Amino acid sequence: MANSDSKPPRSGAARRQFILDSARMACGVGMLGLGLGLYAKQSKALPALALRPPGALPEADFLGACIRCGLCVRDCPYDTLSLAKPESTVATGTPYFTARTVPCEMCEDIPCVKACPTKALDHGLTDIEKAKMGIAVLIDHETCLNFLGLRCDVCYRVCPVIDKAITLETQPNRRTGRHAMFLPTVHSEHCTGCGKCEKSCVLEEAAIRVLPPKLAQGALGKHYRLGWEEQKKAGRSLVDESKMIDLPDRLPEGASLPGHYDPASGMTDTARGVPGSEAGVILSQPPGLGGKP
Amino acid sequence: MRPAGKLHPGAEAVAEKGWLRAHRWLLLRRTAQMAILALFLIGPLAGIWIVKGNLNYSYTLDFLPLTDPYVALQALAAGHLPETLGLMGIAIVAAFYFLVGGRVFCSWVCPVNLVTDAAGWLRERLGIKGSIHLSRRTRYWILAMTFVGSAATGVVLWELINPVSMLHRGLIFGLGAAWTVVLAVFLFDLFVMSRGWCGHLCPVGAFYSLLGRWSPLRVAARRRAACNDCMDCFAVCPEPQVIRPALKGGAGPVILSPNCTNCGRCIDVCSKDVFVFGLRFDERTCPLPESGTGLR
Repeated sequence: MANSDSKPPRSGAARRQFILDSARMACGVGMLGLGLGLYAKQSKALPALALRPPGALPEADFLGACIRCGLCVRDCPYDTLSLAKPESTVATGTPYFTARTVPCEMCEDIPCVKACPTKALDHGLTDIEKAKMGIAVLIDHETCLNFLGLRCDVCYRVCPVIDKAITLETQPNRRTGRHAMFLPTVHSEHCTGCGKCEKSCVLEEAAIRVLPPKLAQGALGKHYRLGWEEQKKAGRSLVDESKMIDLPDRLPEGASLPGHYDPASGMTDTARGVPGSEAGVILSQPPGLGGKP
Repeated sequence: MRPAGKLHPGAEAVAEKGWLRAHRWLLLRRTAQMAILALFLIGPLAGIWIVKGNLNYSYTLDFLPLTDPYVALQALAAGHLPETLGLMGIAIVAAFYFLVGGRVFCSWVCPVNLVTDAAGWLRERLGIKGSIHLSRRTRYWILAMTFVGSAATGVVLWELINPVSMLHRGLIFGLGAAWTVVLAVFLFDLFVMSRGWCGHLCPVGAFYSLLGRWSPLRVAARRRAACNDCMDCFAVCPEPQVIRPALKGGAGPVILSPNCTNCGRCIDVCSKDVFVFGLRFDERTCPLPESGTGLR
Protein backbone atom coordinates (compact mmCIF):
# COMPACT_ATOMS: atom_id res chain seq x y z
CA MET A 1 0.00 0.00 0.00
CA ALA A 2 2.74 2.37 1.03
CA ASN A 3 4.90 1.73 -2.02
CA SER A 4 1.89 1.67 -4.30
CA ASP A 5 2.04 5.40 -4.85
CA SER A 6 5.71 5.34 -5.87
CA LYS A 7 7.22 5.13 -9.34
CA PRO A 8 8.13 1.73 -10.83
CA PRO A 9 11.10 0.54 -8.76
CA ARG A 10 14.55 0.02 -10.19
CA SER A 11 15.82 -3.26 -8.76
CA GLY A 12 15.05 -6.52 -10.59
CA ALA A 13 13.10 -8.18 -7.79
CA ALA A 14 11.13 -5.05 -7.07
CA ARG A 15 10.38 -4.59 -10.76
CA ARG A 16 9.16 -8.18 -10.96
CA GLN A 17 6.93 -7.50 -7.98
CA PHE A 18 5.62 -4.35 -9.62
CA ILE A 19 4.80 -6.18 -12.83
CA LEU A 20 3.17 -8.97 -10.86
CA ASP A 21 1.09 -6.50 -8.85
CA SER A 22 0.01 -4.72 -12.00
CA ALA A 23 -0.89 -7.97 -13.72
CA ARG A 24 -2.84 -9.07 -10.66
CA MET A 25 -4.72 -5.78 -10.66
CA ALA A 26 -5.38 -5.85 -14.40
CA CYS A 27 -6.74 -9.40 -14.19
CA GLY A 28 -8.90 -8.77 -11.12
CA VAL A 29 -10.36 -5.53 -12.40
CA GLY A 30 -10.58 -7.05 -15.88
CA MET A 31 -12.85 -9.75 -14.50
CA LEU A 32 -15.04 -7.13 -12.91
CA GLY A 33 -15.08 -5.26 -16.21
CA LEU A 34 -16.03 -8.39 -18.12
CA GLY A 35 -18.93 -9.00 -15.76
CA LEU A 36 -20.04 -5.40 -16.10
CA GLY A 37 -19.68 -5.54 -19.87
CA LEU A 38 -21.89 -8.61 -20.12
CA TYR A 39 -24.39 -6.92 -17.82
CA ALA A 40 -24.24 -3.85 -20.06
CA LYS A 41 -25.00 -6.01 -23.08
CA GLN A 42 -28.02 -7.49 -21.33
CA SER A 43 -29.21 -4.09 -20.21
CA LYS A 44 -29.63 -3.10 -23.84
CA ALA A 45 -32.52 -5.54 -24.11
CA LEU A 46 -35.31 -3.17 -23.16
CA PRO A 47 -38.48 -5.00 -22.08
CA ALA A 48 -41.09 -4.76 -24.84
CA LEU A 49 -43.63 -2.85 -22.77
CA ALA A 50 -41.18 -0.26 -21.38
CA LEU A 51 -41.27 2.81 -23.60
CA ARG A 52 -38.67 5.57 -23.77
CA PRO A 53 -39.62 9.27 -23.76
CA PRO A 54 -40.23 10.99 -27.12
CA GLY A 55 -37.11 11.62 -29.16
CA ALA A 56 -35.13 8.90 -27.39
CA LEU A 57 -32.19 7.54 -29.35
CA PRO A 58 -32.28 3.85 -30.33
CA GLU A 59 -31.80 1.78 -27.18
CA ALA A 60 -28.13 0.90 -27.73
CA ASP A 61 -27.23 4.58 -28.19
CA PHE A 62 -29.59 5.76 -25.48
CA LEU A 63 -27.71 3.86 -22.75
CA GLY A 64 -24.48 5.57 -23.78
CA ALA A 65 -25.92 9.07 -23.92
CA CYS A 66 -28.37 9.19 -21.00
CA ILE A 67 -26.71 10.27 -17.75
CA ARG A 68 -29.62 9.18 -15.57
CA CYS A 69 -30.38 12.61 -14.10
CA GLY A 70 -34.17 12.40 -14.21
CA LEU A 71 -34.75 15.92 -15.55
CA CYS A 72 -37.17 14.55 -18.16
CA VAL A 73 -39.08 12.84 -15.34
CA ARG A 74 -39.25 16.11 -13.42
CA ASP A 75 -40.44 18.21 -16.35
CA CYS A 76 -43.13 15.78 -17.47
CA PRO A 77 -46.36 17.50 -16.37
CA TYR A 78 -48.32 14.25 -16.26
CA ASP A 79 -45.88 12.15 -14.19
CA THR A 80 -45.75 9.73 -17.07
CA LEU A 81 -42.04 9.00 -16.81
CA SER A 82 -40.15 7.31 -14.02
CA LEU A 83 -36.53 6.30 -13.50
CA ALA A 84 -35.82 2.59 -13.50
CA LYS A 85 -34.97 1.13 -10.12
CA PRO A 86 -32.14 -1.37 -9.77
CA GLU A 87 -34.47 -4.36 -9.56
CA SER A 88 -36.22 -3.34 -12.80
CA THR A 89 -35.30 -4.98 -16.09
CA VAL A 90 -34.88 -1.49 -17.60
CA ALA A 91 -31.29 -0.20 -17.22
CA THR A 92 -30.94 1.37 -13.76
CA GLY A 93 -31.72 5.05 -13.53
CA THR A 94 -32.96 5.48 -17.10
CA PRO A 95 -36.38 7.03 -17.85
CA TYR A 96 -39.27 4.96 -19.18
CA PHE A 97 -43.01 4.71 -19.07
CA THR A 98 -45.56 1.95 -19.23
CA ALA A 99 -48.40 2.90 -21.55
CA ARG A 100 -51.00 0.80 -19.77
CA THR A 101 -50.22 2.64 -16.50
CA VAL A 102 -49.67 6.24 -17.63
CA PRO A 103 -49.40 6.99 -21.35
CA CYS A 104 -47.65 9.96 -22.94
CA GLU A 105 -49.97 12.95 -23.34
CA MET A 106 -47.95 14.31 -26.27
CA CYS A 107 -47.36 17.87 -25.01
CA GLU A 108 -46.90 20.24 -27.92
CA ASP A 109 -43.81 21.87 -26.36
CA ILE A 110 -42.25 18.46 -25.45
CA PRO A 111 -40.80 19.58 -22.07
CA CYS A 112 -39.07 16.25 -21.41
CA VAL A 113 -36.90 16.63 -24.49
CA LYS A 114 -36.13 20.26 -23.66
CA ALA A 115 -35.02 19.28 -20.15
CA CYS A 116 -32.52 16.66 -21.33
CA PRO A 117 -28.95 17.87 -20.81
CA THR A 118 -27.61 15.28 -23.24
CA LYS A 119 -28.54 14.15 -26.71
CA ALA A 120 -30.22 11.03 -25.31
CA LEU A 121 -33.50 12.75 -26.17
CA ASP A 122 -33.11 14.27 -29.60
CA HIS A 123 -33.53 18.06 -29.34
CA GLY A 124 -34.24 18.08 -33.06
CA LEU A 125 -37.70 16.69 -32.29
CA THR A 126 -39.97 19.75 -32.24
CA ASP A 127 -43.19 18.28 -33.62
CA ILE A 128 -44.54 15.73 -31.15
CA GLU A 129 -46.53 14.05 -33.94
CA LYS A 130 -43.19 13.01 -35.43
CA ALA A 131 -42.27 11.12 -32.24
CA LYS A 132 -41.72 7.38 -32.49
CA MET A 133 -41.91 6.00 -28.96
CA GLY A 134 -43.23 2.76 -30.38
CA ILE A 135 -46.01 1.55 -32.62
CA ALA A 136 -49.46 0.47 -31.51
CA VAL A 137 -50.42 -3.00 -32.62
CA LEU A 138 -53.88 -4.51 -32.37
CA ILE A 139 -52.32 -7.58 -30.97
CA ASP A 140 -55.33 -9.74 -30.17
CA HIS A 141 -58.01 -10.17 -32.80
CA GLU A 142 -59.82 -12.73 -30.68
CA THR A 143 -60.77 -10.44 -27.80
CA CYS A 144 -60.91 -6.99 -29.39
CA LEU A 145 -64.57 -6.01 -29.09
CA ASN A 146 -64.64 -4.49 -32.56
CA PHE A 147 -63.36 -7.75 -33.99
CA LEU A 148 -66.23 -9.45 -32.19
CA GLY A 149 -68.53 -7.22 -34.19
CA LEU A 150 -69.27 -4.67 -31.43
CA ARG A 151 -68.74 -0.93 -31.62
CA CYS A 152 -66.23 -0.26 -28.83
CA ASP A 153 -64.03 2.09 -30.86
CA VAL A 154 -62.34 3.45 -27.69
CA CYS A 155 -58.79 3.12 -28.97
CA TYR A 156 -59.78 4.90 -32.17
CA ARG A 157 -61.54 7.73 -30.33
CA VAL A 158 -58.77 8.45 -27.79
CA CYS A 159 -56.02 8.47 -30.40
CA PRO A 160 -54.46 11.97 -30.51
CA VAL A 161 -53.81 11.39 -34.19
CA ILE A 162 -57.33 10.09 -34.85
CA ASP A 163 -58.18 9.01 -38.39
CA LYS A 164 -54.52 9.03 -39.31
CA ALA A 165 -52.76 6.75 -36.82
CA ILE A 166 -55.83 4.62 -36.21
CA THR A 167 -58.67 4.27 -38.68
CA LEU A 168 -61.74 2.05 -38.60
CA GLU A 169 -61.80 -0.22 -41.63
CA THR A 170 -65.09 -1.89 -42.46
CA GLN A 171 -65.51 -5.52 -43.29
CA PRO A 172 -68.61 -7.63 -43.59
CA ASN A 173 -69.48 -9.46 -40.41
CA ARG A 174 -69.74 -13.03 -41.62
CA ARG A 175 -71.06 -14.24 -38.26
CA THR A 176 -74.28 -12.25 -38.48
CA GLY A 177 -74.26 -12.00 -42.21
CA ARG A 178 -75.83 -8.57 -42.18
CA HIS A 179 -73.57 -6.22 -40.18
CA ALA A 180 -70.27 -4.51 -40.68
CA MET A 181 -67.20 -4.92 -38.48
CA PHE A 182 -65.26 -1.71 -37.82
CA LEU A 183 -61.71 -2.88 -37.40
CA PRO A 184 -59.27 -0.50 -35.66
CA THR A 185 -56.28 -0.34 -37.97
CA VAL A 186 -52.96 1.27 -37.05
CA HIS A 187 -50.97 3.15 -39.67
CA SER A 188 -47.34 3.10 -38.62
CA GLU A 189 -46.32 6.29 -40.43
CA HIS A 190 -48.64 8.36 -38.19
CA CYS A 191 -48.53 6.41 -34.90
CA THR A 192 -46.30 8.10 -32.29
CA GLY A 193 -46.51 5.27 -29.76
CA CYS A 194 -48.00 7.51 -27.08
CA GLY A 195 -49.95 4.58 -25.68
CA LYS A 196 -53.30 6.31 -25.15
CA CYS A 197 -55.00 3.47 -27.02
CA GLU A 198 -53.35 0.82 -24.85
CA LYS A 199 -54.18 2.74 -21.70
CA SER A 200 -57.85 3.07 -22.59
CA CYS A 201 -58.52 -0.38 -24.03
CA VAL A 202 -61.53 -1.54 -22.05
CA LEU A 203 -60.45 -5.18 -21.79
CA GLU A 204 -58.84 -6.74 -18.71
CA GLU A 205 -55.67 -7.07 -20.75
CA ALA A 206 -55.27 -4.57 -23.55
CA ALA A 207 -55.87 -6.01 -27.00
CA ILE A 208 -53.98 -3.08 -28.52
CA ARG A 209 -50.44 -2.47 -27.26
CA VAL A 210 -47.55 -0.19 -28.07
CA LEU A 211 -44.50 -2.19 -29.03
CA PRO A 212 -40.99 -1.20 -30.08
CA PRO A 213 -40.94 -0.80 -33.90
CA LYS A 214 -38.52 -3.71 -34.09
CA LEU A 215 -41.17 -6.02 -32.67
CA ALA A 216 -44.15 -4.38 -34.32
CA GLN A 217 -43.05 -4.08 -37.92
CA GLY A 218 -41.95 -6.33 -40.67
CA ALA A 219 -39.61 -5.05 -43.35
CA LEU A 220 -39.72 -5.66 -47.09
CA GLY A 221 -36.56 -6.75 -48.76
CA LYS A 222 -34.65 -3.62 -49.80
CA HIS A 223 -34.78 -4.72 -53.45
CA TYR A 224 -38.57 -5.18 -53.41
CA ARG A 225 -40.54 -2.90 -55.73
CA LEU A 226 -44.29 -2.68 -55.56
CA GLY A 227 -45.42 -2.97 -59.18
CA TRP A 228 -48.52 -0.84 -58.73
CA GLU A 229 -46.51 1.95 -57.04
CA GLU A 230 -43.86 1.88 -59.74
CA GLN A 231 -46.57 1.91 -62.38
CA LYS A 232 -48.12 4.99 -60.74
CA LYS A 233 -44.74 6.72 -60.73
CA ALA A 234 -44.00 5.82 -64.33
CA GLY A 235 -47.53 6.57 -65.47
CA ARG A 236 -47.66 3.37 -67.49
CA SER A 237 -47.10 -0.32 -67.18
CA LEU A 238 -43.43 -1.21 -66.76
CA VAL A 239 -43.70 -4.33 -68.88
CA ASP A 240 -44.89 -4.61 -72.43
CA GLU A 241 -47.89 -6.82 -71.84
CA SER A 242 -48.23 -7.71 -75.52
CA LYS A 243 -44.91 -9.55 -75.25
CA MET A 244 -45.88 -11.48 -72.14
CA ILE A 245 -45.99 -15.21 -72.60
CA ASP A 246 -49.26 -16.62 -71.47
CA LEU A 247 -48.95 -20.25 -70.58
CA PRO A 248 -51.85 -22.40 -71.76
CA ASP A 249 -54.46 -22.98 -69.12
CA ARG A 250 -54.91 -26.61 -68.26
CA LEU A 251 -58.60 -27.09 -68.42
CA PRO A 252 -60.85 -30.07 -68.73
CA GLU A 253 -61.73 -30.87 -72.27
CA GLY A 254 -64.29 -28.47 -73.67
CA ALA A 255 -64.32 -26.26 -70.59
CA SER A 256 -63.83 -22.54 -70.87
CA LEU A 257 -63.07 -19.73 -68.46
CA PRO A 258 -65.46 -16.91 -69.09
CA GLY A 259 -63.90 -13.58 -68.25
CA HIS A 260 -60.42 -15.04 -68.18
CA TYR A 261 -57.78 -12.35 -68.65
CA ASP A 262 -55.29 -13.05 -71.39
CA PRO A 263 -52.29 -10.71 -71.08
CA ALA A 264 -50.88 -11.57 -74.49
CA SER A 265 -54.00 -10.33 -76.24
CA GLY A 266 -54.68 -7.79 -73.52
CA MET A 267 -58.25 -8.82 -73.40
CA THR A 268 -60.52 -11.09 -71.53
CA ASP A 269 -62.31 -13.87 -73.22
CA THR A 270 -65.74 -12.41 -73.17
CA ALA A 271 -64.73 -8.80 -73.21
CA ARG A 272 -62.48 -9.15 -76.21
CA GLY A 273 -63.11 -6.21 -78.45
CA VAL A 274 -64.99 -4.31 -75.78
CA PRO A 275 -63.52 -0.85 -75.11
CA GLY A 276 -61.86 -0.60 -71.72
CA SER A 277 -60.40 -4.07 -71.65
CA GLU A 278 -57.28 -3.22 -73.62
CA ALA A 279 -53.76 -3.91 -72.37
CA GLY A 280 -52.45 -1.49 -69.79
CA VAL A 281 -55.72 -1.00 -67.98
CA ILE A 282 -55.29 -2.16 -64.43
CA LEU A 283 -58.33 -3.83 -63.07
CA SER A 284 -59.08 -3.39 -59.41
CA GLN A 285 -60.24 -6.96 -59.25
CA PRO A 286 -59.89 -9.79 -61.72
CA PRO A 287 -62.70 -9.75 -64.27
CA GLY A 288 -65.46 -12.02 -63.27
CA LEU A 289 -65.04 -11.28 -59.58
CA GLY A 290 -66.98 -8.06 -59.54
CA GLY A 291 -64.31 -5.78 -60.97
CA LYS A 292 -65.12 -3.62 -63.90
CA PRO A 293 -64.08 -5.37 -67.09
CA MET B 1 -2.62 1.79 16.34
CA ARG B 2 -3.07 4.04 19.33
CA PRO B 3 -1.61 3.83 22.82
CA ALA B 4 -3.50 1.55 25.20
CA GLY B 5 -5.73 3.09 27.81
CA LYS B 6 -7.27 5.71 25.54
CA LEU B 7 -11.01 5.73 25.12
CA HIS B 8 -11.35 6.71 21.48
CA PRO B 9 -9.60 9.01 19.06
CA GLY B 10 -10.46 12.61 19.72
CA ALA B 11 -11.08 12.18 23.46
CA GLU B 12 -8.00 14.19 24.21
CA ALA B 13 -9.11 16.98 21.88
CA VAL B 14 -12.54 17.06 23.52
CA ALA B 15 -10.91 17.39 26.92
CA GLU B 16 -8.56 20.08 25.67
CA LYS B 17 -10.76 22.13 23.33
CA GLY B 18 -14.29 21.25 24.33
CA TRP B 19 -16.72 18.97 22.45
CA LEU B 20 -17.94 21.55 19.99
CA ARG B 21 -14.51 22.65 18.79
CA ALA B 22 -13.35 19.04 18.64
CA HIS B 23 -16.24 18.31 16.25
CA ARG B 24 -16.42 21.57 14.35
CA TRP B 25 -15.52 20.37 10.87
CA LEU B 26 -17.41 17.15 11.35
CA LEU B 27 -20.55 19.09 12.23
CA LEU B 28 -20.06 21.48 9.32
CA ARG B 29 -19.53 18.56 7.01
CA ARG B 30 -22.63 16.70 8.17
CA THR B 31 -24.59 19.94 7.84
CA ALA B 32 -23.36 20.37 4.28
CA GLN B 33 -24.20 16.77 3.37
CA MET B 34 -27.65 17.05 4.88
CA ALA B 35 -28.31 20.50 3.38
CA ILE B 36 -27.41 19.32 -0.11
CA LEU B 37 -29.59 16.27 0.28
CA ALA B 38 -32.40 18.47 1.64
CA LEU B 39 -32.14 20.79 -1.36
CA PHE B 40 -32.62 17.83 -3.65
CA LEU B 41 -35.43 16.36 -1.54
CA ILE B 42 -37.48 19.47 -0.87
CA GLY B 43 -38.73 19.41 -4.46
CA PRO B 44 -40.22 15.92 -4.54
CA LEU B 45 -41.28 15.97 -0.86
CA ALA B 46 -42.67 19.49 -0.45
CA GLY B 47 -43.11 20.63 -4.02
CA ILE B 48 -40.62 23.46 -3.60
CA TRP B 49 -38.46 23.14 -6.66
CA ILE B 50 -35.07 24.65 -5.99
CA VAL B 51 -33.01 21.82 -7.43
CA LYS B 52 -34.16 19.32 -10.04
CA GLY B 53 -32.30 16.15 -10.89
CA ASN B 54 -29.60 14.37 -8.94
CA LEU B 55 -25.82 14.34 -8.53
CA ASN B 56 -25.33 13.16 -12.11
CA TYR B 57 -26.90 16.34 -13.41
CA SER B 58 -28.98 18.96 -11.66
CA TYR B 59 -30.61 22.22 -12.61
CA THR B 60 -30.93 24.78 -9.82
CA LEU B 61 -33.57 27.53 -9.96
CA ASP B 62 -33.75 27.10 -13.74
CA PHE B 63 -30.37 28.82 -13.84
CA LEU B 64 -27.45 26.74 -12.63
CA PRO B 65 -26.60 23.50 -14.43
CA LEU B 66 -24.28 21.08 -12.64
CA THR B 67 -23.02 17.94 -14.35
CA ASP B 68 -20.96 15.13 -12.88
CA PRO B 69 -17.89 15.17 -15.16
CA TYR B 70 -17.22 11.49 -14.45
CA VAL B 71 -20.58 10.36 -15.80
CA ALA B 72 -20.29 12.78 -18.71
CA LEU B 73 -16.82 11.42 -19.56
CA GLN B 74 -18.13 7.87 -19.57
CA ALA B 75 -20.88 9.00 -21.94
CA LEU B 76 -18.20 10.64 -24.05
CA ALA B 77 -16.22 7.40 -24.08
CA ALA B 78 -19.43 5.73 -25.25
CA GLY B 79 -19.51 8.26 -28.08
CA HIS B 80 -22.03 10.85 -26.89
CA LEU B 81 -21.47 14.53 -26.21
CA PRO B 82 -23.86 16.38 -23.84
CA GLU B 83 -26.03 19.34 -24.86
CA THR B 84 -24.98 22.93 -24.07
CA LEU B 85 -26.37 23.00 -20.52
CA GLY B 86 -24.74 19.67 -19.80
CA LEU B 87 -21.39 21.00 -21.03
CA MET B 88 -21.72 24.16 -18.96
CA GLY B 89 -22.50 22.00 -15.94
CA ILE B 90 -19.31 20.02 -16.46
CA ALA B 91 -17.22 23.20 -16.62
CA ILE B 92 -18.74 24.62 -13.44
CA VAL B 93 -18.35 21.42 -11.42
CA ALA B 94 -14.84 20.75 -12.69
CA ALA B 95 -13.74 24.31 -11.88
CA PHE B 96 -15.25 24.16 -8.40
CA TYR B 97 -13.59 20.89 -7.41
CA PHE B 98 -10.35 21.91 -9.02
CA LEU B 99 -10.30 24.84 -6.61
CA VAL B 100 -11.51 23.28 -3.36
CA GLY B 101 -10.07 19.79 -3.80
CA GLY B 102 -11.63 17.04 -5.88
CA ARG B 103 -12.43 14.72 -3.05
CA VAL B 104 -14.34 17.44 -1.26
CA PHE B 105 -17.10 15.77 -3.23
CA CYS B 106 -16.52 12.57 -1.26
CA SER B 107 -16.50 14.09 2.21
CA TRP B 108 -18.88 17.02 1.85
CA VAL B 109 -21.41 15.97 -0.80
CA CYS B 110 -21.51 12.23 -1.48
CA PRO B 111 -24.36 10.46 0.36
CA VAL B 112 -22.40 7.21 0.57
CA ASN B 113 -19.94 9.00 2.86
CA LEU B 114 -22.61 8.89 5.57
CA VAL B 115 -22.90 5.15 5.06
CA THR B 116 -19.19 4.36 5.07
CA ASP B 117 -18.46 6.77 7.92
CA ALA B 118 -21.15 5.00 9.92
CA ALA B 119 -19.55 1.66 9.07
CA GLY B 120 -16.13 3.00 10.06
CA TRP B 121 -17.50 4.35 13.32
CA LEU B 122 -19.23 1.08 14.16
CA ARG B 123 -16.11 -0.92 13.22
CA GLU B 124 -14.15 1.17 15.71
CA ARG B 125 -16.81 0.80 18.42
CA LEU B 126 -17.17 -2.94 17.96
CA GLY B 127 -13.40 -3.34 17.81
CA ILE B 128 -13.51 -5.25 14.53
CA LYS B 129 -9.87 -5.70 13.60
CA GLY B 130 -9.51 -7.96 10.58
CA SER B 131 -9.44 -6.39 7.14
CA ILE B 132 -8.51 -7.90 3.81
CA HIS B 133 -5.66 -6.15 2.10
CA LEU B 134 -6.12 -4.45 -1.24
CA SER B 135 -4.06 -1.70 -2.79
CA ARG B 136 -5.63 1.75 -2.60
CA ARG B 137 -4.69 2.03 -6.26
CA THR B 138 -7.41 -0.51 -7.10
CA ARG B 139 -9.87 2.37 -7.55
CA TYR B 140 -7.76 3.85 -10.34
CA TRP B 141 -7.76 0.52 -12.15
CA ILE B 142 -11.52 0.37 -11.77
CA LEU B 143 -11.72 3.97 -12.99
CA ALA B 144 -9.73 3.10 -16.11
CA MET B 145 -11.84 -0.01 -16.60
CA THR B 146 -15.08 2.03 -16.57
CA PHE B 147 -13.78 4.26 -19.36
CA VAL B 148 -12.50 1.37 -21.46
CA GLY B 149 -15.70 -0.54 -20.74
CA SER B 150 -17.92 2.42 -21.66
CA ALA B 151 -16.07 2.76 -24.95
CA ALA B 152 -16.30 -0.97 -25.64
CA THR B 153 -19.97 -1.45 -24.76
CA GLY B 154 -21.36 1.96 -25.70
CA VAL B 155 -23.07 2.07 -22.30
CA VAL B 156 -22.32 4.48 -19.43
CA LEU B 157 -20.81 1.50 -17.65
CA TRP B 158 -20.38 2.40 -14.00
CA GLU B 159 -23.90 3.78 -13.83
CA LEU B 160 -25.18 0.23 -14.10
CA ILE B 161 -24.04 -0.45 -10.54
CA ASN B 162 -22.74 2.82 -9.08
CA PRO B 163 -23.83 2.80 -5.40
CA VAL B 164 -23.26 6.57 -5.17
CA SER B 165 -25.80 7.51 -7.82
CA MET B 166 -28.07 4.61 -6.90
CA LEU B 167 -28.37 5.91 -3.33
CA HIS B 168 -28.72 9.56 -4.26
CA ARG B 169 -31.11 8.92 -7.12
CA GLY B 170 -32.97 6.43 -4.96
CA LEU B 171 -33.53 8.91 -2.15
CA ILE B 172 -34.97 11.42 -4.62
CA PHE B 173 -36.75 9.28 -7.20
CA GLY B 174 -37.55 6.17 -5.17
CA LEU B 175 -35.09 3.74 -3.66
CA GLY B 176 -36.40 0.37 -4.84
CA ALA B 177 -33.82 -2.33 -4.24
CA ALA B 178 -30.98 0.21 -4.18
CA TRP B 179 -30.94 -0.16 -0.41
CA THR B 180 -29.46 -3.64 -0.83
CA VAL B 181 -26.48 -2.16 -2.68
CA VAL B 182 -26.04 0.47 0.02
CA LEU B 183 -26.31 -2.16 2.74
CA ALA B 184 -23.72 -4.24 0.91
CA VAL B 185 -21.31 -1.29 0.91
CA PHE B 186 -21.96 -0.75 4.63
CA LEU B 187 -21.38 -4.38 5.54
CA PHE B 188 -18.33 -4.55 3.28
CA ASP B 189 -16.75 -1.62 5.10
CA LEU B 190 -17.82 -2.97 8.48
CA PHE B 191 -16.71 -6.58 8.23
CA VAL B 192 -14.61 -7.11 5.14
CA MET B 193 -12.34 -4.14 4.63
CA SER B 194 -11.67 -1.09 6.74
CA ARG B 195 -12.47 2.03 4.68
CA GLY B 196 -12.95 -0.44 1.84
CA TRP B 197 -15.38 1.29 -0.49
CA CYS B 198 -14.36 4.96 -0.42
CA GLY B 199 -10.71 4.30 0.28
CA HIS B 200 -10.00 1.44 -2.12
CA LEU B 201 -12.67 0.73 -4.68
CA CYS B 202 -14.88 3.67 -5.60
CA PRO B 203 -13.93 5.04 -9.05
CA VAL B 204 -16.02 8.16 -8.48
CA GLY B 205 -13.69 9.20 -5.65
CA ALA B 206 -10.71 8.18 -7.76
CA PHE B 207 -11.93 10.43 -10.56
CA TYR B 208 -12.47 13.38 -8.25
CA SER B 209 -9.04 12.87 -6.71
CA LEU B 210 -7.55 13.34 -10.18
CA LEU B 211 -9.73 16.40 -10.70
CA GLY B 212 -8.31 17.92 -7.51
CA ARG B 213 -4.75 16.84 -8.25
CA TRP B 214 -3.51 20.45 -8.17
CA SER B 215 -6.21 22.06 -6.06
CA PRO B 216 -5.03 25.04 -4.00
CA LEU B 217 -7.14 24.36 -0.88
CA ARG B 218 -5.31 21.80 1.25
CA VAL B 219 -4.90 20.74 4.86
CA ALA B 220 -1.47 21.59 6.26
CA ALA B 221 0.28 20.30 9.38
CA ARG B 222 1.31 23.85 10.05
CA ARG B 223 2.24 23.27 13.67
CA ARG B 224 3.69 19.82 13.28
CA ALA B 225 6.37 20.74 15.82
CA ALA B 226 3.66 20.54 18.47
CA CYS B 227 2.64 16.96 17.51
CA ASN B 228 2.65 14.64 20.53
CA ASP B 229 2.32 11.43 18.49
CA CYS B 230 -1.09 10.56 19.90
CA MET B 231 -1.99 9.08 16.49
CA ASP B 232 -5.58 10.30 16.71
CA CYS B 233 -5.40 11.90 13.27
CA PHE B 234 -4.27 8.60 11.74
CA ALA B 235 -7.09 6.81 13.51
CA VAL B 236 -9.86 9.08 12.21
CA CYS B 237 -8.47 9.80 8.75
CA PRO B 238 -10.24 7.89 5.96
CA GLU B 239 -7.00 8.01 3.95
CA PRO B 240 -4.35 7.86 6.72
CA GLN B 241 -1.49 7.36 4.26
CA VAL B 242 -1.80 11.00 3.16
CA ILE B 243 -0.86 12.45 6.56
CA ARG B 244 2.61 11.05 7.13
CA PRO B 245 4.55 12.98 4.48
CA ALA B 246 3.19 16.28 5.77
CA LEU B 247 3.31 15.52 9.46
CA LYS B 248 6.46 13.44 9.73
CA GLY B 249 8.26 13.75 6.42
CA GLY B 250 11.07 16.06 5.59
CA ALA B 251 9.00 17.84 2.96
CA GLY B 252 6.59 20.73 3.42
CA PRO B 253 3.69 20.67 5.89
CA VAL B 254 0.97 20.66 3.22
CA ILE B 255 -0.93 17.42 2.63
CA LEU B 256 -0.45 17.17 -1.13
CA SER B 257 -1.95 13.76 -1.80
CA PRO B 258 -5.02 14.13 -4.03
CA ASN B 259 -6.66 11.45 -1.92
CA CYS B 260 -6.97 13.75 1.07
CA THR B 261 -10.72 14.47 1.11
CA ASN B 262 -10.39 17.81 2.92
CA CYS B 263 -12.82 16.51 5.50
CA GLY B 264 -11.04 18.37 8.30
CA ARG B 265 -11.45 15.55 10.80
CA CYS B 266 -7.72 15.66 11.62
CA ILE B 267 -8.09 19.33 12.50
CA ASP B 268 -10.93 18.43 14.88
CA VAL B 269 -9.30 15.55 16.71
CA CYS B 270 -5.88 17.14 17.23
CA SER B 271 -5.60 18.42 20.78
CA LYS B 272 -2.49 20.36 19.77
CA ASP B 273 -4.12 22.11 16.80
CA VAL B 274 -1.41 20.88 14.46
CA PHE B 275 -3.60 20.96 11.32
CA VAL B 276 -5.21 23.90 9.54
CA PHE B 277 -6.86 24.51 6.19
CA GLY B 278 -4.55 26.53 3.98
CA LEU B 279 -3.21 26.93 0.47
CA ARG B 280 -0.99 24.36 -1.14
CA PHE B 281 1.67 26.96 -1.93
CA ASP B 282 1.90 28.06 1.70
CA GLU B 283 4.91 26.13 2.97
CA ARG B 284 5.17 27.94 6.29
CA THR B 285 5.42 26.00 9.51
CA CYS B 286 4.82 27.49 12.94
CA PRO B 287 7.10 26.20 15.60
CA LEU B 288 5.33 28.18 18.32
CA PRO B 289 2.01 26.74 19.57
CA GLU B 290 0.57 30.25 20.05
CA SER B 291 0.79 31.51 16.48
CA GLY B 292 -1.36 29.26 14.30
CA THR B 293 -2.41 30.61 10.93
CA GLY B 294 -5.28 29.91 8.66
CA LEU B 295 -8.60 28.25 9.47
CA ARG B 296 -8.24 25.92 12.38
